[in-house]
Amino acid sequence: MSRRTRIAFKASVWVLCLLPLVVLAYRAVTGDLGANPISFVTNWLGQWTFRLLLAALALTPIRILFGISWQVSLRRLVGLFAFAYACLHFCVWIVVDHFFDWHQMGADILKRRYITVGMLALTLLVPLAVTSTNAMLKRLGGMAWRRLHRLVYVVGVLASLHFLWLAKKGRTDQYLYATILTLLLGIRAWDAVRRALRKRRQQQTAGAPGLAEAPH
Amino acid sequence: MLIKRAQMFKASEITDPTLYFNRREFMVGAAALALFPRGAEAAAPPAGQPLKATRNTAFSLSDPATKFESATTYNNFYEFGVDKGDPSRLAHTLKPRPWTVQVDGHVAKPKTYDIDELLKLFPLEERVYALRCVEGWSMVIPWIGFPLASLLKRVEPTGQAKFVEFTTLMDPEQFPAQRKSVLNLSPIEWPYVEGLRLDEAMHPLALLTVGMYGQVLPNQNGAPIRVVLPWKYGFKSAKSIVRIRLVSSQPKSTWEKAAPNEYGFFSNVNPEVDHPRWSQASERRIGEFLRRKTLKFNGYADQIASLYAGMDLRKYY
Repeated sequence: MSRRTRIAFKASVWVLCLLPLVVLAYRAVTGDLGANPISFVTNWLGQWTFRLLLAALALTPIRILFGISWQVSLRRLVGLFAFAYACLHFCVWIVVDHFFDWHQMGADILKRRYITVGMLALTLLVPLAVTSTNAMLKRLGGMAWRRLHRLVYVVGVLASLHFLWLAKKGRTDQYLYATILTLLLGIRAWDAVRRALRKRRQQQTAGAPGLAEAPH
Repeated sequence: MLIKRAQMFKASEITDPTLYFNRREFMVGAAALALFPRGAEAAAPPAGQPLKATRNTAFSLSDPATKFESATTYNNFYEFGVDKGDPSRLAHTLKPRPWTVQVDGHVAKPKTYDIDELLKLFPLEERVYALRCVEGWSMVIPWIGFPLASLLKRVEPTGQAKFVEFTTLMDPEQFPAQRKSVLNLSPIEWPYVEGLRLDEAMHPLALLTVGMYGQVLPNQNGAPIRVVLPWKYGFKSAKSIVRIRLVSSQPKSTWEKAAPNEYGFFSNVNPEVDHPRWSQASERRIGEFLRRKTLKFNGYADQIASLYAGMDLRKYY
């Protein structure tokens, strides 16, 4: 893929990721947020956080399944957008929903498990966002950086729990999100197992001592 | 003391219903009527038809009423669907005429009332009540109806009657969410059943409701007849009632069956007893920015608290 196509592609991802905010702003301006605008905005931002998180988590499984790899370079951009939406979602909760009622919010973080896991998910995203630059990647070294960024799998699970635990009875989309996440993580796990097995087989065929000298 | 002298709302909120009402759906209904005249007797009274009632100031809040548009587009009425917008979008499928309400059980004079007969039996009054949803939002609604006690007295409950059980219409033709699907995703069982202790039901605050905002009750708000119990969470106020049965043992209400640890039989509004998943200490009044502190018994403690004297409200939530 040429440099120019790549830039064009990144630009369109920017536009796509900003679209939910534009739509939200448009609905706000035209008074189309329903009878409970605060709840609407909170849900909207939370849902788009989750969707972008799933999108970021889907790029590697696409490579695993279809052997296409150019999209993997979009992970950082989509991931950072997920983080930005998560921050907005959090700010709306603090400023608009509870209007800096720290006492109530503190109690909610400790007492409501869906808020506990939500807060935890956001907190875990912070080091990932901070270390997302090329300079940080270099400083940490590829191995450490990769290990750190595996935290995003934990964030995905926490986000799923957040949604599963807050959803009222009768809603069904929370199960859809959890299923997609399970699939995306499952494909990775399957790939990791497959590669480990292949490596072992290669070691075995490389020479019999490989097995005999296996660590105890 | 929360009950104050009532203040009139703007005349426009009452006399200009067509502005708010879903005219398109009314037109579709009118067209269907023209095409299938046999359905004529089953047609609902025109949406937005004015309903006369005198304001009962002793039972009315002075708080400004929630916008009519909000009260008719932001609803929990699971028979239409789980989303707040489902009831107003699908309300046209409900046919509030002809309609009967069977009143039976432990009563001396059981009777099945036609809805229009019920409307003539008792003088209609308007009461501005606070409505607190268990989800943490609230509204102020001018309801029109008559005391539930008036109807109960008329059928003469016997000594065995200890509880009152309300049943909502069961008809998948009229309530889309009651249709059977391959994947049974319905969170609750049909028909919807709610219940009260007899003394709660006889309390003057309990209102059998047939209208709101000066007009016939819109379908999405529980037409043609529902109960309104302002000191309890909204889901206790059964909608589109077809049966009121006086029974000797405590009825199992629908939400109690669905999630007994989250929704108790009493479900009185109580800021001190949290829902297992969220706090009930505050609420967002629809149309307002800041949250309000939730009041015990939704502000009706002076009138109603004595019914629960000596009860552990944490245990009987």
